[in-house]
Amino acid sequence: MTSPTERDVRTPPDRAAYAVAALLAVLSGVIAWDAAHISSTVASYSRVGAAAFPYAIAGLVMACAIGTALAAWRGDFPDREPMEFGPVAWIMGGLVAQIVLVGFAGFSIATGVLFGLTARGFGGKPLWLTIPIGIVLSFLLYVLFSKGLQLSLPQGPLERLI
Amino acid sequence: MESFDALLLGLSVAVQPQNLFYAFIGVLLGTAVGVLPGIGPALTVALLLPVTFKLDPGGSLIMFAGIYYGGMYGGSTSSILLNTPGESASIITALEGNKMARAGRGGPALATAAIGSFVAGLIATIALTFLAPWVVEIALNFGPADYFALMVLAFTTVSAAFGGSALRGLTALFIGLSLGLVGIDLQTGQARLAFGVPDLLDGVEVTTTAVAMFALGETLYIASLGSRMRETIEPVRGSLWMTAQDWARSWKPWLRGTALGFPIGALPAGGAEIPTFLSYSAEKALSKHPEEFGHGAIEGVAGPEAANNASAAGVLVPLLTLGLPTSATAAMMLAGFQQYGIQPGPLLFSTNADLVWGLIASLFIANTMLLVLNLPLIGMWVRLLSIPRPWLYGGILVFATLGTLGANPSQFELAMLAALGLLGFAMRYFDYPVAPVIIGLILGPLAEQQLRRALAISQGDPAALFESSIAIGIYAVCAIVLFGPVLWKLVQRKNGKTLPA
Repeated sequence: MTSPTERDVRTPPDRAAYAVAALLAVLSGVIAWDAAHISSTVASYSRVGAAAFPYAIAGLVMACAIGTALAAWRGDFPDREPMEFGPVAWIMGGLVAQIVLVGFAGFSIATGVLFGLTARGFGGKPLWLTIPIGIVLSFLLYVLFSKGLQLSLPQGPLERLI
Repeated sequence: MESFDALLLGLSVAVQPQNLFYAFIGVLLGTAVGVLPGIGPALTVALLLPVTFKLDPGGSLIMFAGIYYGGMYGGSTSSILLNTPGESASIITALEGNKMARAGRGGPALATAAIGSFVAGLIATIALTFLAPWVVEIALNFGPADYFALMVLAFTTVSAAFGGSALRGLTALFIGLSLGLVGIDLQTGQARLAFGVPDLLDGVEVTTTAVAMFALGETLYIASLGSRMRETIEPVRGSLWMTAQDWARSWKPWLRGTALGFPIGALPAGGAEIPTFLSYSAEKALSKHPEEFGHGAIEGVAGPEAANNASAAGVLVPLLTLGLPTSATAAMMLAGFQQYGIQPGPLLFSTNADLVWGLIASLFIANTMLLVLNLPLIGMWVRLLSIPRPWLYGGILVFATLGTLGANPSQFELAMLAALGLLGFAMRYFDYPVAPVIIGLILGPLAEQQLRRALAISQGDPAALFESSIAIGIYAVCAIVLFGPVLWKLVQRKNGKTLPA
């Protein structure tokens, strides 16, 4: 974690930092656009309507975007640890799978798949082992929370058994 | 002794068997989740919020108090044995504590942290008991303009204190404020930033955001580091107990840490890390064994850990009396209040006196329970630390999504969790602090309400914001917090340039 990141003396421009600045600028634009939309639809009967605060925030976000771009230009943006995409992709895959599955397969199966894929992202055991373990774990949690604490969690074939 | 009577009332609420049980469960769960590496008190509270959904407000807030203090204790355990501080306030504890554990003195390190936290928690909670009614009396005179100024102060200090640079802290804060805009505007009923999506009309859920930022973002970040992070658990060898010398070296740092932690936490300028840094340097300067610092000095654990806990109790002063969260954990507590439609503030002390004082009394009880529970159960907590990472993070995500689905069983909410998790990951990756996002999301709508109320009273004249002397004083403090460090650097640079010439 503390290993010094090697950086060339003549580093190329920090593209990621400019991208962050650009995204902030886009966010500012979206807020301002939305605010403009508000004030056009309803006549403002008081001077400080629903659009005033959004405009202020849009301005502040824009100032941050400019500040970030300046920091990127000066090379002030902090160095980053090199990133491994594999594990991140496994976990995001797990989350997407859960979102898709939870609609018809229920809480236990969907969350079990999330558990298996996340464990895989961290270099865990094979999926045929971790997904069933995850399903059993999630099912136990389902029973505990839906019966014990009356939390309403999405039901599927497994949950309807009890 | 008005406070004293109120506290007795609170105690009578808190010692009801049912409430004692809630406190016990809260303490147990809080410690168990807080011990898990990389999970700090804020995330502990966020993850456990749904557990309390169906309880009555009183019982649930009492459980909260247990979770809050339990999470703090658990966090110090993982900092000492594993060197993974779950939040910035325990970085210092990890510094000396982990060195002690490596030198086979893990037991005394844990003991001084636990007893120090107890002492600090006790003194600070007493201070809270007597300070809170006094602040309430002052706060009753505050107008909307003063509240708005206070919130601006909280924004400023939160973004300046978290993380290194003010630009990054402010950027994170404004992202939070932008998220806070989403949904129906309370005063005019107009939808903002909802883009016609009905699920967005209710706004962005605070708990979903907190779990996404702290749990998901952090998990993704650690995963992205791949196998480079190697953690070693230091086994607790030798005696668990502190020797007479350990006691002699610990009690003064406990008291000094408390004296530093509580006032700084209680000011609406909070942040728990500043007092821990101050306490560490104070102990280093006052110690008879300065050479031990950096190699496992017990004072370096006792002082900062006491400061950390004292400021945690101090943070409750602005939270309960003004409704102003000044730390990520306090923000989560506020979310807990809001889930019952309770808005902390001066009026809470008269409208829900039994609830507030029950909560404060439970802090005493939770604190005592922790001391009794923690040292004997240390073996069990250490076993929690050795859960393999695939299982640990798999389990964290299961619990994170369980909480989200429990609060709002919809695919849309899960998609929000995933999207905000990616945002949290990106922010973590680019070294942005995430706590200001949560504070901005919670305080943004409140600040807007106060601002518009103030301007409505003055019929749109912005000068009204600067009319009261309270507000002007608060803005002056903001300016010092924001520009002080920059000016200081400029002065130093100027001196540095002129002196050698």
